[in-house]
Amino acid sequence: MASTASVGDLVSQPYKYGFVTDIETEKIAKGLSEDVVRLISAKKEEPAFLLEFRLRAFRHWLQMQEPDWAALGHPPIDYQDIIYYAAPKQQEKKASLDEVDPKLLETFDKLGIPLSEQKRLSNVAVDAVFDSVSIATTYKEKLAEHGVIFCSISEAVKEHPELIERYLGTVVPANDNFFAALNSAVFSDGSFVFIPKGVECPMELSTYFRINSGDTGQFERTLIVAEVGASVSYLEGCTAPMFDTNQLHAAVVELVALDDASIKYSTVQNWYAGDENGKGGIYNFVTKRGQCRGARSHISWTQVETGSAITWKYPSCVLQGADSVGEFYSVALTNNRQQADTGTKMIHVGPRTRSTIVSKGISAGHSANSYRGLVQIGPKAVGARNYSQCDSMLIGDQAAANTYPYIRSQQPEASIEHEASTSRISADQLFYLQSRGIGFEEAVSMMVSGFCRDVFNQLPMEFAAEADKLLALKLEGSVG
Amino acid sequence: MIRPDAPVLLEIDDLRASVEDQPILKGVSLTIRAGEIHAVMGRNGSGKSTLSKVLAGHPAYAVTGGRVRYRGEDLLALEPEERARTGLFLGFQYPVEIPGVSNLEFLRVATNARRACKGEEELDTFAFEDLVHERLKVVQMDPAFLERSVNEGFSGGEKKRNEILQMALLDPLVAILDETDSGLDIDALRIVAGGVNHLASADNATLLITHYQRLLDAITPDYVHVMASGRILRTGGKELALELEERGYDWVDAELAAADRAPVEVA
Repeated sequence: MASTASVGDLVSQPYKYGFVTDIETEKIAKGLSEDVVRLISAKKEEPAFLLEFRLRAFRHWLQMQEPDWAALGHPPIDYQDIIYYAAPKQQEKKASLDEVDPKLLETFDKLGIPLSEQKRLSNVAVDAVFDSVSIATTYKEKLAEHGVIFCSISEAVKEHPELIERYLGTVVPANDNFFAALNSAVFSDGSFVFIPKGVECPMELSTYFRINSGDTGQFERTLIVAEVGASVSYLEGCTAPMFDTNQLHAAVVELVALDDASIKYSTVQNWYAGDENGKGGIYNFVTKRGQCRGARSHISWTQVETGSAITWKYPSCVLQGADSVGEFYSVALTNNRQQADTGTKMIHVGPRTRSTIVSKGISAGHSANSYRGLVQIGPKAVGARNYSQCDSMLIGDQAAANTYPYIRSQQPEASIEHEASTSRISADQLFYLQSRGIGFEEAVSMMVSGFCRDVFNQLPMEFAAEADKLLALKLEGSVG
Repeated sequence: MIRPDAPVLLEIDDLRASVEDQPILKGVSLTIRAGEIHAVMGRNGSGKSTLSKVLAGHPAYAVTGGRVRYRGEDLLALEPEERARTGLFLGFQYPVEIPGVSNLEFLRVATNARRACKGEEELDTFAFEDLVHERLKVVQMDPAFLERSVNEGFSGGEKKRNEILQMALLDPLVAILDETDSGLDIDALRIVAGGVNHLASADNATLLITHYQRLLDAITPDYVHVMASGRILRTGGKELALELEERGYDWVDAELAAADRAPVEVA
């Protein structure tokens, strides 16, 4: 009888982005202290207010405990065994791409993110971040014509310190949580986006994060501000080499939307996930929060999470402005020994605020995938509405899926709906599709895409096909 | 329609198979030529459903002996999807539900996979819709079922009609229908049987797996095979089915007991 690949084989696809770029790197010594915080700030020639911000965060962090409430398990992290700053040796950010180390351009080429003038994506501006620093941002001039600022956060600190001082830490305070405090103390680089009043950003903006060093922590900071009536769609992508040790990634993303502004933030996360026995991989402890500060403002998070050994991430919306809208669309795929505890928080403060949560978890192998979400309706949120839908799909019989919805309402009139389902791809379903001439891989992919359709529909068009492909890749195996 | 000179489509020779190391098929032999309708009858547990699953390539069944030639090729060396693309069709006794996968899209992908194998061009969405609406008539099915997920929330009868719709689209050479009549009321049975009769031609063959005579009242078989304990005990014409209906399966047990004393050569 012909051998038929099992679902287990199918989901065990080797990681394509596991290479290391051999490049000379400037690193500081391992360990974290007030001196290290000062050193990072000095290296980046930062203004006093920012050093103050970092030191405040560091002092808070010293008093804080690592959170242990998530359904995750890992050996204790030694925060003194991590390098907090690493940069490829070509310090000054280059005025033109011609001056950027060709090895770096080559790295991004290999990752499918060409930066050079001829090959770059036609309607997407890209900020490429390599270890702790941003190495290039494309289409800056074209964006500047519209008054849009898109640059690395280090550059923004130098060029637009008033905007940084006004907005940094206003959505995620320095003492918000253990990992956010750590990030606030030592963040290295990330992206800054500013869309002025009334401007609709003329192209998709994208940041691509690449971890290269094996012993370096990654602490990016992203800040996006949309002024009154402005709108922007932003996408981040991420990959890392394969090391058999774990790397810590603790990023903070803050979004601010003023009256009638709209921010769409999409993530395709493909950090290295560790091997099939759970050795190596990224610990992804990320704080992402958007504040709908103005009336009728709109923040939408879409995430496709496929990588990381551990994912701890809850992109949230604080719906402060009247009639503001928050959305969260998520696909989280875990395989092998991966663990994900991810979801969202929708904090309804203003009247008639609305939120939608659509979460799709896919667990394969021995992985554990949890949805954790909070819907909170404050006393002034008259007429607030929420709709949540959390679906889990199990592949094989060794994986786990959990759903932890938390609902707190101080508004008796609020409308809150929660739907949840769990399904499994069964051998009989696969056989049924195969017996109609549909190949094993296509059969799995059809079922997974069908399951994720509501979320993929939310991705920017340029990336929707990408996400579909990425899931198919993750699920591709040894058929044939 | 029996024509001794018609080409052999499926030739099963001493087929043995087990599931979880439990032997189920213990030497099945059966030759099917183009234009023929065969019926395999037998009690629950006689191995008739296993025969259909093994022919379609279900991974839970291990072939332990014998061979199967399909259009002159070794059927057992093909993946299930390859068997389907080359025209082997299994109508399931219990079609599974596949939430999230649109029935229309599923039918289109399956139809195109079969068409590609026949060297026909792929049908785009519009051309396929025309085709599917025409074939819906064969089973008198409401087009609304196309918009739903595959078999999701379908009644037993609707699932069976969806199976015959797939058969009508995939244009099989050999269609194996596993207990297609089970769970159908009289009207649904008439529609499903009408569909099967409509699709039978001089170039293809049908293998009906059934428990009851009533399906054979609506579809007249050329051959009836009685299966018991993983073997074909007796082969005859359509009158054998009537005999079974009259006498029940008890005589089968007697023959089986005799067979166990002295193993029968199975023709």
